[in-house]
Amino acid sequence: MKIRLDSVIKTFETFRAVHGVSLEIESGELVALLGPSGSGKTTILRMVAGLEYADEGHIYFGDQDATDIPVRERGVGFVFQHYALFPHMTVAENIGFGMKVSKVKRDKAEIAARVADLLRLVRLEGLGDRFPGQISGGQRQRVALARALAVDPKVLLLDEPFGALDANVRHDLRRWLREIHQELGITTIFVTHDQEEALDLADRVVILKEGKIVQQGTPQEVCRDPKDAFVMKFLGDANRLTGEVRAGIAHVGGAQVAAAGVPDGPVDIFARPRDLDWSTHGPGVAATVERVLDRPGERRVIATVSTGETLEFDVEPEQAVEKGEAGFVTLRRAKVFSLG
Amino acid sequence: MRRNVLPGLNLSLGITLFYVGLIVVLPLAALIFKASSLGFAEYWTIVSSPRSVASYRVTALAALAATIFNLFFGLALAWVLTRYRFPGRRIIDAMVDLPFALPTAVAGISLTALFSANGWFGSVLSDIGIKVAYTPLGIMIAMCFTSLPFIVRTVQPVLEDLDPALEEAAQSLGGSDWTIFRTVILPLLAPALLAGTSLSFARSLGEFGAIIFIAGNQPMSTEITALLIFIRLEEYDYQAAAAIASVLLLTAFAMLAVTNWLQARALRYTVKG
Repeated sequence: MKIRLDSVIKTFETFRAVHGVSLEIESGELVALLGPSGSGKTTILRMVAGLEYADEGHIYFGDQDATDIPVRERGVGFVFQHYALFPHMTVAENIGFGMKVSKVKRDKAEIAARVADLLRLVRLEGLGDRFPGQISGGQRQRVALARALAVDPKVLLLDEPFGALDANVRHDLRRWLREIHQELGITTIFVTHDQEEALDLADRVVILKEGKIVQQGTPQEVCRDPKDAFVMKFLGDANRLTGEVRAGIAHVGGAQVAAAGVPDGPVDIFARPRDLDWSTHGPGVAATVERVLDRPGERRVIATVSTGETLEFDVEPEQAVEKGEAGFVTLRRAKVFSLG
Repeated sequence: MRRNVLPGLNLSLGITLFYVGLIVVLPLAALIFKASSLGFAEYWTIVSSPRSVASYRVTALAALAATIFNLFFGLALAWVLTRYRFPGRRIIDAMVDLPFALPTAVAGISLTALFSANGWFGSVLSDIGIKVAYTPLGIMIAMCFTSLPFIVRTVQPVLEDLDPALEEAAQSLGGSDWTIFRTVILPLLAPALLAGTSLSFARSLGEFGAIIFIAGNQPMSTEITALLIFIRLEEYDYQAAAAIASVLLLTAFAMLAVTNWLQARALRYTVKG
């Protein structure tokens, strides 16, 4: 089912949560709404679900205007951040709930067979008789997904699906959700504030800030070509330096970096930690090492530039760097945003 | 005993056990002792005399009716107080506790004044042929009044803590409002409702002050068990008073046992397995 949002606005009391968002999601796509808290991502998801009504604008499911269709008739599967499983029902009863209350009457055997299928799909065979309080967080999340899928939703919506789980479980579930999506081909939107999750999982990432879409595109597009400083910083660790562009080259301290197409004048230069190099001799941006953090794959160096900015960059595990050492930073690659 | 990190176990356990023994167990033991000093035949004659049985009947039936009424009305009141925001909500919320705070005799006198044949309510009701004061109906109304807070105050916190996402989930799965109330909300409220119901019923069984003014206290029809015990005491017939009181005590124990069992059943899902 194709979903289209047309200039949707939502205001809570005095706080405007969503400022005229327009968005198209193709049938079968897996889309991430990514943004910091307060960016309106959950509100958008809840409006698509029908759990909130839009103040202005329209939401279309295919060609149908779904803006005013109540949630129970909208045919969406919603997975809540904290699962919202019914604690007094067993796992099987939870999954069967939607079929049991449906206007389409099914007999008990049919429901039981479908529940068994879904338990197999989410790999929880044999746990049907447990209560939600008796299974782990990751298992609860899978029950919540099975329960949402049981009603054959046109759209699957997930609100911070992995937010409350351990890093390991989260990683496995991510891959597993991707597989399920591939198998079922159902249009899926999920909300997250974790950029890694969005980039790993989604066909397309929609980045939001203060109730507006800042940028959308494939993970490759948004990573390789962030539109502004916010996107650059939000997608991952970034160092910021101020410099100046002259004739397509950005100059900062003794270092230079290509800045094709940026007009001459003062600029902000953003560089990822692995795009900086450290050497004890110039030229480059003079800096002093403040701390070295050892990590499994690299050494993270925190250094201060003479102008007061702090830089973070990675060096090879073998490279000897010590606290207090003075040296020079050069930029291998960077994004240059004009301040003018 | 295993070493405990929290200090003060011995002292606090000693004081509380002593207190419970002195205030709760000792009087109950004295009651049973007094009652058991009668022979069984004599005991049975007292507790099964027509006047006693009539008092059990009117007390239990009125308490049951009052509790059932409060079950619905108290749930509705708790629901309105937690779910909606309206002007005067806090005043109504505070007024729920009034039956707790008010001396029951005051409640009894005001109810009698209202419901007697020339009172505000009584005069209207008597026009359509309903008599409240000095009838079992009056007993029921007095019981309703004094036991209302129990159900409201036990259900309210549970209702407040109910995760709204549960209802949203049920809605997104296509459940109608009534289905959601019946299959999601009510089962989750059941333990609190049971606790409130049993407290309310127990309070009604033992209520005295609020009832005796409005009941009329006619032996065999509107004389409640608590009053009969009082009358026996006035007659210095301590043994008979204790015998009748022991019936109330046994009823209370039986009811507590049943409620605990029902509650454990309703909370089965919280058992880790």
